[in-house]
Amino acid sequence: MLKQLRPALVMIVFFTVLTGLIYPIGMTGIAQALFPSQANGSLITRDGKVIGSELIGQAFANDRYFHGRPSAAGNGYDASSSGGSNLGPTNPKLIERIKGDAEKLKAENPNAPVPMGLVTTSGSGLDPDVSPEDAYFQVPRVAKARNIDEAKVKSLVDSHVEGRELGVLGEPVVNVLALNLALDDLK
Amino acid sequence: MTLNGWIQILLYCVIVLLLVKPLGGYMYRVFNGDRTFLSPILSPVEQALYRISGTSENEEQHWTAYAAGIIFFSLASFLAVYVLQRLQGVLPYNPAGMPAVEQGLAFNTAVSFVTNTNWQNYGGESTMSYLVQMAGLTVQNFMSAAVGIAIAVALIRGFARASGKSIGNFWVDITRCTLYVLLPICIVLTLAYVWLGMPQTLGPYVDATTLEGAKQTIALGPVASQVAIKMLGTNGGGFFNANAAHPFENPNAISNLIQMVTIFALGAALTNVFGRMVGNQRQGWAILASMGVLFVAGVAICYWAEAAGNPLVHALGIDGGNMEGKESRFGIAASALFAVITTAASCGAVNAMHDSLTALGGLIPLINMQLGEVIVGGVGAGFYGIVMFIVVAVFVAGLMVGRTPEYLGKKIEAKEVKMAMLAILALPLVMLTFTAIAVVLPSAVASMANGGPHGFSEVLYAYTSAAANNGSAFGGLSGNTPWYNLTLGITMWVGRFFVIIPALAIAGSLAAKKTVPASAGTFPTDGPLFVGLLVGVILIVVGLTFFPALAIGPVVEHLAMVHGQTF
Repeated sequence: MLKQLRPALVMIVFFTVLTGLIYPIGMTGIAQALFPSQANGSLITRDGKVIGSELIGQAFANDRYFHGRPSAAGNGYDASSSGGSNLGPTNPKLIERIKGDAEKLKAENPNAPVPMGLVTTSGSGLDPDVSPEDAYFQVPRVAKARNIDEAKVKSLVDSHVEGRELGVLGEPVVNVLALNLALDDLK
Repeated sequence: MTLNGWIQILLYCVIVLLLVKPLGGYMYRVFNGDRTFLSPILSPVEQALYRISGTSENEEQHWTAYAAGIIFFSLASFLAVYVLQRLQGVLPYNPAGMPAVEQGLAFNTAVSFVTNTNWQNYGGESTMSYLVQMAGLTVQNFMSAAVGIAIAVALIRGFARASGKSIGNFWVDITRCTLYVLLPICIVLTLAYVWLGMPQTLGPYVDATTLEGAKQTIALGPVASQVAIKMLGTNGGGFFNANAAHPFENPNAISNLIQMVTIFALGAALTNVFGRMVGNQRQGWAILASMGVLFVAGVAICYWAEAAGNPLVHALGIDGGNMEGKESRFGIAASALFAVITTAASCGAVNAMHDSLTALGGLIPLINMQLGEVIVGGVGAGFYGIVMFIVVAVFVAGLMVGRTPEYLGKKIEAKEVKMAMLAILALPLVMLTFTAIAVVLPSAVASMANGGPHGFSEVLYAYTSAAANNGSAFGGLSGNTPWYNLTLGITMWVGRFFVIIPALAIAGSLAAKKTVPASAGTFPTDGPLFVGLLVGVILIVVGLTFFPALAIGPVVEHLAMVHGQTF
C-alpha cells in the first residue's frame, strides 16, 4: 500500500506545476499576444479613462439613459460581487418586488405591456443586455427626457438589436451601454 | 416553448452525438497505450514522470493497489488545496490582497474540488487569490476529472479482461488522461474562449467610471484557462460567484453552446470507449441510448416549465416565461437546456440561478442528481454510476427468467450485486439523512433564503448536489456556516468514495472471471429491450427512494404556485 505514496507526492507536485502554473500562465501569455482586448476584459475607454466593459452591465438611473435589468449583484451591478437574487417562484419578496417595479414602469409608459426582462434580475446581476422589447418599452421616456423625436430614438434602438448568434443560438439582445454611448453621440 | 428553442436543443444533441465516435476512438487508443499524434512530444515527459514516481507503464495493479493509489492521491490533493488557501495572503499572484481563507471554508472547498464536486460556499472574485484559483483549483479541475475517467477505464477493463488479476495502472491512467486528452483540448478551448470575450490576465481588478459617474470595480483574472477544464472535466466550479451566468465566464450564446457540448463530450465518448474495449460498439450505443431517453425527457419538462413561467407574476399583468435569474443573451431555452445538462452530468456549472427556477423546472435538476448522475454523467463518474444500475438491471432480468444473470459474458453474482447496491444506497443515505437533520436544526434552518417548501428544497438540493458530486446549488442557502461546511464536506467525501471503491471492487472481481460464450439463452444487452429495462430500473429505484422528499419540496410548491400562494 505505502508503495503508492511516492507516486502520489511526485504526481501532485508535477501536475500542480504543469496544470496550475505553466498552463494558465502560458495561456495568459498567448492570449495577451493574440487577443489583448478580450483577454483584458473588453474594456471601453473614452478620453483615456476606462468607462466600463462591453460585456459588463452598469447601473443606469437617469431618465436620459436606457436602463438595464434590475440587478442583485451587490448594491446593483457590482462587478466585484456577481450573483442573482436567488428568490424562489413563491417567495413574496419576489412578487412584491416585481409588483413595485411594474407599477413604476406602467407610469412611465402606459401604452405598452410591461416586458418580463425589466422586472426580473439576471443570473449574474451584470447582464449587459436587455431584450429588444425591454429597450423599445423605454423609447418614450428617453425621447422625452432628451427632448428628441421618438422615431429617432427608436431607429437608434433598431440599429443596436443584435440577432441570435449564427441565426439560431440564444436570443436577440440590445447592449445597453453601447446603446447609451450611441445616444450620447447623437446630435 | 418556441421552434427556435427546440432547434437549439436538437442542434446540441446532434453535435454531441457526432463527437462520440472520434473522441471515443482517440481515448480508446490513449488508454490502450497506443501511439497517438501527440506521442512524439509527450512520451518522453511521460516516461520521465513514471521513473521519478517509481512506477512504469508495464506495471499492472490489482484493484486494491489501484484504490490505494486513488486514496493517497486524493489526500495529497486535499492537503495541497487546503494549505494554498490558508497561506494565500502571503503567497504571490494575489493582486486583490485576499486574506487567508477561514478553516471551515478551506476544508469544504478542498474536499469539494478534490471530489470533482466544486460546491462553492464562497464567491470566487471576493475570496480566492489568482494563485489559489490556478495552482489549487484549476489543478484539481484536471486531476479529479482524470481520476474519474481512470476509474471508468479500469471498470471497463474488468469487463474486457478474462481470468486477469489486474485492472491497469492508476498512475499511468491519470497521467495519460491529463496529458493526452484533457490538456490539449483545454489549450484549444482556452484560445476560443478568449477570442469570444473571456478574460485571461494576471493583472489587477479594474476601476471604471460609469457613464453616470459611479465607480465600478471590474473583477478579472485567468478565467478562460479555468473555464476550459471546468466544463470539459465536468467540474463546474465558477471563477466568479455567478458562474457561467457571468458575462466574463460565458460571454455569448456561442461560448454557451461550446460549454454545454464540452460538459457531455468526454462522458458520452466513454460509452464508445467501453464498446470498443469489450469488442462491440453496439453495447456502448445501448448505454448511451438509455441515457438519451432520460435526458430528452428531462429537457422537455424543464423547458416546458420555464417557458410556461410563474402564474404569480402573470397575475400582475406581465406575460412570458420565467426570466428571474436568467441572462438576456441565453433566454429560456438555452438556460433550461444548460440546467438539465449540468445536473445530468456531474458538472454543476450554472448559466441561470437554479434557486429561481419554477418549482417543476427545479425538480428536474434535483432528480437528475438523485439518479446518481448517470445521464452521461461526470467524466468517468457517470459511466461507473450507470454500470452499477446495469448490474442491478441484469440481476432483475435474471430473477425474472430464473437464470444466473450475465453481462457481456461475465456472470453477475452476489458480490457484484452487493457492491452495486452499496454504491446505489450510499448516496440517498447521506442525502436524505443530512437533509432530515438540517431541517430540524434551528441554526441550519436559519441559512435558508426562501420559506415554505422552497426552503426545504434548498436544503435537499444542497445535500443532493454534494453527495452526487455535482456542485450546483439553490444558491440562496447560506452554506458558509460551520454546520454546512462540515456536513457538506462529509457528504461529498462519502458521495465520491462510497461509489469509487465498490466500482473498483466490481472491476477487480469481473476481471478475474472467465468469459462465458453467448448462447441462445443469453439476454441481449445491445437492443431496445435492454434500454427499456435499464431506464425502468433507474426510475424505479430512484422514484421509490426520493418520491416522499420530492413531494414535500418541489411538488407541493408547484401546487401552491398554480393556486397563487406565497410562503
